[in-house]
Amino acid sequence: MAELTEAVETTSPPRPPERFTMGWRVVAAKEFSDHLLSIRFTILIVIVGLAAVAAVYTAAGGIREAAEQIGSSDDIPGLFLKLFTVTPEGSRLPAFFAGIALLAPLFGIAFGFDAVNGERAQGTLPRLLSQPIYRDDVINGKFVAGLSVIGLTITTLTMVVAGIGLLRIGVVPNFSDIARLLIWLLVTIVYVGFWLALATLFSVLLRRASTSALAAFATWVVASLFALLLVGIVADIVSPISQEGNAEEVIENARTQRNLSRVFPQALYQEATVALLEPEQRTFDVLGLLILQSPGSGAIPGPLSLEQSLLVVWPQVTGLIALTVLCFAAAYVSFMRQEVRA
Amino acid sequence: MTATAEAAIVTEGLTKRYEELVAVDHLDFQISKGEIFGLLGPNGAGKTTTILMLLGLSEPTEGQARVVDLDPTRHPLEVKRVVGYVPDNVGFYPDLTGRQNLEYTAKLNRISSEVFEPRIQTILEQIGLADAADRPAGTYSRGMRQRLGITDALVKEPQILILDEPTIGIDPEGTRELLELIRNLRDDRGVTVLLSSHLLHQVQSICDRVGIFVRGRMIAQGPVRELAARHVAEEVVTELAVTNWERAGEALWTVPGIKRIDRQADHWLLVSEKDVRPEVSKVLVERGIGILHLRRRDEGLDEIYTRYFEEEGSGRIN
Repeated sequence: MAELTEAVETTSPPRPPERFTMGWRVVAAKEFSDHLLSIRFTILIVIVGLAAVAAVYTAAGGIREAAEQIGSSDDIPGLFLKLFTVTPEGSRLPAFFAGIALLAPLFGIAFGFDAVNGERAQGTLPRLLSQPIYRDDVINGKFVAGLSVIGLTITTLTMVVAGIGLLRIGVVPNFSDIARLLIWLLVTIVYVGFWLALATLFSVLLRRASTSALAAFATWVVASLFALLLVGIVADIVSPISQEGNAEEVIENARTQRNLSRVFPQALYQEATVALLEPEQRTFDVLGLLILQSPGSGAIPGPLSLEQSLLVVWPQVTGLIALTVLCFAAAYVSFMRQEVRA
Repeated sequence: MTATAEAAIVTEGLTKRYEELVAVDHLDFQISKGEIFGLLGPNGAGKTTTILMLLGLSEPTEGQARVVDLDPTRHPLEVKRVVGYVPDNVGFYPDLTGRQNLEYTAKLNRISSEVFEPRIQTILEQIGLADAADRPAGTYSRGMRQRLGITDALVKEPQILILDEPTIGIDPEGTRELLELIRNLRDDRGVTVLLSSHLLHQVQSICDRVGIFVRGRMIAQGPVRELAARHVAEEVVTELAVTNWERAGEALWTVPGIKRIDRQADHWLLVSEKDVRPEVSKVLVERGIGILHLRRRDEGLDEIYTRYFEEEGSGRIN
């Protein structure tokens, strides 16, 4: 007992305040290692990894055949990216990017649904908050950790898939292909960040981890399955098509549908993915697409440059970032206003 | 009440209101440095709310607290750096070992690993958890968790230790050890201790002073003995054991002031208006009866506590 006393300074005045405490870093480091060691991480990586590798394996087979017929593969722009977007005929597996679009929300939800209510259930939240850190360090650190794990996973997965694809099809990607892929990765991480923020919000608002997981999954399912249905109904009300159904009305209705669907992160993400990974995608405007496809338009079909593609997806990407920020802000504010013991 | 240099914790008119409910109602109290103060009251009295306000984790509606001369609402980090807190039903990350849990706390306190590694080991040994330190915290018993909680609070070498209901769910032997540990911490390290409890008889032995806290208000505070003297003193209970019970019984009735004799298995309880020990011993010695045991029984805090509750019209003890 007595040997401890020398080391103690009980009379010292409180140390001067540190302007920059960076408590979130400590929280993030701990959460990050927790995530990597967790069982849910293993499960997810197995599921998503298998799906991705299978998708690319089949796609690569299809592309190689196509490329061999054409002869020289160097002339086909974006051939490398086809690896991620092509679904060969007869294959039941979705393309890599479609698979990621489908499963990415799983990652976000899995690493966020018990962020705050888990700490409450374990009784660790009061202890954590009684350490010299700001309260937002907890939620910021957790969000950063979740996003880092997800970013690391998806980047690794994409690199593995690219590697397998390279070996299978033997196409060397050019600079533009790589840039498109990297930008697509960033957009994907933002998209997963949206689901992470949403799950974190539920973990703040709902007391039980199982309830918040269910709420987040329900949102995902509703937004995926019923979004188109809802959008269709609303569009028919806003811009109805009359009995005669002239072209203008049909186009207007389709435009409204597309605009409304952009409330949902899935639609934004899907459009961004298509424009980034398929250089031929020139516009998402309904009329514009019609004109491009009509034989008399005079438009020469061809791939866009990287800059042009970026211009096409800029609004979608901005919207996606805005949705993510909004969701995280809601989680942040409700966490800051919550009583420690509730 | 003004803050003196010797005060570790001072509150002035500290109030917390939730929409309808007043959880803490104009609370004034002061805890001196190196003191063990017991905040006693039934569940729902506002003890935890008060503690959270002292830590800056909850904002007072009115009034203020000063902890080591700082306002916890405005300087939460500085306050939390010098205050170790063991919450009610303290929890740990079940998958991390006890030691890893402590290391996380040390890192959050910006203690470098060269400093915290030996420090944690020393405290673990002192608390008696060194053997279990590398087991997952999820396997700990309630009593071990409580001790790990105290270890956790000590990692930052606090000036003040706040323990919320430290003895809940621990067996009597464990409670005794825990309280002894708290007392030793004060004696060896000079930490100021604030502990809250609704189980009075458990904590009264180690508290220098107690405050009785009912429905958000502090209705009495002071040393246990003083509180007893101030409000009780209607009856005195004396324990007695003699060599010859039959003759003693006759003799005792000659002593004025004895109202009642309760015969217990191995001793008698004499209930009287005042202290009758001199008369009793005189009478017994005169008749040649040997006195084996004669002791005035102090009124326990439980009785005081019950009395206060009854006065408050609540009478509810958990």
